[in-house]
Amino acid sequence: MEKYAVYVPRLVQKKEKFAPGHRACIGCGEALAIRLAFKALDNNVIVANATGCAEIFASQLPATSWHLPWIHTLFENTAAVASGVEAAYKVMRRKGIPLPENTKVVAIAGDGGTSDIGLQALSGALERGHDFTYICFDNEAYQNTGNQRSSATPFGAATTTSPLGKKSIGQFSWKKNMPEIAVAHNIPYVATACHSYPFDLMDKVAKAVATKGPAYVHILSVCPTGWRSATDTVIRLGRLAVETGVFPLYEVENGKYKMSLNLPKLRPVKDYLKQQGRFRHLSDDVIQKIQDRVEIEYQKLLEKAKNGSKTTKRKSRAGTGKVPA
Amino acid sequence: MTTRVGIEVSIAVADAVRLTNADVIAAYPITPQTHIVEHLAELVANGELDAEYIPVESEHSAMSACLGSAASGARTFTATSSQGLALMNEVLYVASGMRLPIIMAVANRVLSAPLSIWADHSDMMSVRDTGWIQIIVENGQQAVDNIICAFRIAEDRRVLLPVMVHLDGFNLTHVIEPITLPEQTDVDKFLPKNRFPLPLNPDKPVAMGGFAPPVIYTEAKWAQEVCIRDSKDVIMACWDEFGRVFGRQYHSVEKYHSDGAGVILLTMGGISETASVAIDEMRADDENVGQVRLRLWRPFPFEELRQAVKDAEIVIILDRAISLGGPGGPVASEVKAAFYNQASRPKMVAFVGALGGRDITVAGFKNLIKKGIEIARTGSKNEYEIYGVRE
Repeated sequence: MEKYAVYVPRLVQKKEKFAPGHRACIGCGEALAIRLAFKALDNNVIVANATGCAEIFASQLPATSWHLPWIHTLFENTAAVASGVEAAYKVMRRKGIPLPENTKVVAIAGDGGTSDIGLQALSGALERGHDFTYICFDNEAYQNTGNQRSSATPFGAATTTSPLGKKSIGQFSWKKNMPEIAVAHNIPYVATACHSYPFDLMDKVAKAVATKGPAYVHILSVCPTGWRSATDTVIRLGRLAVETGVFPLYEVENGKYKMSLNLPKLRPVKDYLKQQGRFRHLSDDVIQKIQDRVEIEYQKLLEKAKNGSKTTKRKSRAGTGKVPA
Repeated sequence: MTTRVGIEVSIAVADAVRLTNADVIAAYPITPQTHIVEHLAELVANGELDAEYIPVESEHSAMSACLGSAASGARTFTATSSQGLALMNEVLYVASGMRLPIIMAVANRVLSAPLSIWADHSDMMSVRDTGWIQIIVENGQQAVDNIICAFRIAEDRRVLLPVMVHLDGFNLTHVIEPITLPEQTDVDKFLPKNRFPLPLNPDKPVAMGGFAPPVIYTEAKWAQEVCIRDSKDVIMACWDEFGRVFGRQYHSVEKYHSDGAGVILLTMGGISETASVAIDEMRADDENVGQVRLRLWRPFPFEELRQAVKDAEIVIILDRAISLGGPGGPVASEVKAAFYNQASRPKMVAFVGALGGRDITVAGFKNLIKKGIEIARTGSKNEYEIYGVRE
């Protein structure tokens, strides 16, 4: 990463679309991810924002952090709102109403707003083929309402509605594979990203938005408040999620899978789990169960990438994936 | 020259939307609304209407797509019924709270359970506090005319509120009526282009839908209330102008032989025309009865209503919806409330009837009026009467 320190100002625009001064928690991975995502884009973007952390911490009337046209309406309908914006621009442009050129629509939501309550609206919008990008900022629980489990909460994680108890080890189900659900819609572009790989994240968001048709980007966003982890380990935790195979970085372009990182060997999931209070209670047995599952899922993904792609040579900006000791 | 042709009311409503050159239609099928959006889909498919038709996966998404469309400055239409309207419920509040001029035809229908697809006013009454302007019509011509008016009202800069036009399911949506479709050139003159003042536009970024802390919320709601109240003047002016251009005049409270009548029957929606026949027959028998029909349900026309019925001895109100465990029908509650603080007021008798598509015939209305008069004179321990129920 050292070389980027020299070139960063040349590689990334300085102008912020998402201004500081908002009310996110200390070390909020989502705020960082949003900031990075929109740095990858020009000003020609309209943002539709689902109810959730980002909407709440950045939009208290009469203030806003957004330098882009932005609309928030409800929790579960953001993909539908975005499809309305896209359709409106399409027809108004066709009718010759003066509008800025090449306007892009980006919908953003959390994991609850995407994989639970907003899944139907998202599926509809993806299936209808609207020209828009949907970004899920996944902090693995309903963090805005105080850390309740969602279908994106990983197995074993203790949340306020999947608590640790005499008869409970925490979250009882495996994380819903949202990117695969997006892929199942046969849309032209799906990617996973994490704020701990900023250039990879920006590349993917830029690519998604440049894609004609629906694109889906799933961004793991570390949440120190909900995950009960130290606020100075946000970047490290994101890297560990990737290096352990818990959250693999990949792209699916027109159905072809491509791994973003070449990880010769996965680190043990324990390295990732042990730094988070939400997993602190897990026994070695349960950790092994998670380890096995991660390896199976990772292998499945590698198989898909091996079978499905002839173009894995694209130079990734995800870096080596090594976490400094 | 405009000609009067026999046409299914739903098709005519869709044709009215075509005449407004709507930009975006987002809709989901539900009986008895479906013919409206089917015909719109057909018009778009044939290139007769240059619009984007979004075949969404639910009514919740239909109204949500309408939010995005209207916020972008596009002329936006949808239609629904019953469960669809109920599913949209939370989105309706957002449409009005964000001052988005969306037009929706609502084919009035029962709410389940038991499942029923037939008409009454349960659905429209369930959304009376959502901040939408609600207009109700009695026949196909009124539906066509008021769809066109609704766009002009909603998009008026002094209003910027969404409008529902209610027409009874089946009894109106599925019947063929003689209807005059206005000429395109006349509609173009009557209906200015939609110029939404602050659309989502990268050249001039706006943030829409931030959250309001307690220090702002009350002011936001009061501003909305003032706006919908004041919209009544714009609605009346629109109807006056429509009357001048097209020769058909509408009022917030429609009067039928009510001036000087001792007994007034108050109704809403398609069944009102049957009631009018009963009024004709009773008047032919020298009975001093008249009728008023509410056209505007929100904003509620308090003053016009008071003026229309103040001299009557008895007002008999028929509700096609029931507020369970409450005071009976919502219309009767509001009519009574409109008079509570008046120095003198007519006696009021409330009926709930014609639920779930059950008809009240001409003879039925005569019977209902007679029963109402009797109750007004003898009194009743009931808050309201249920009409025509088998017990």
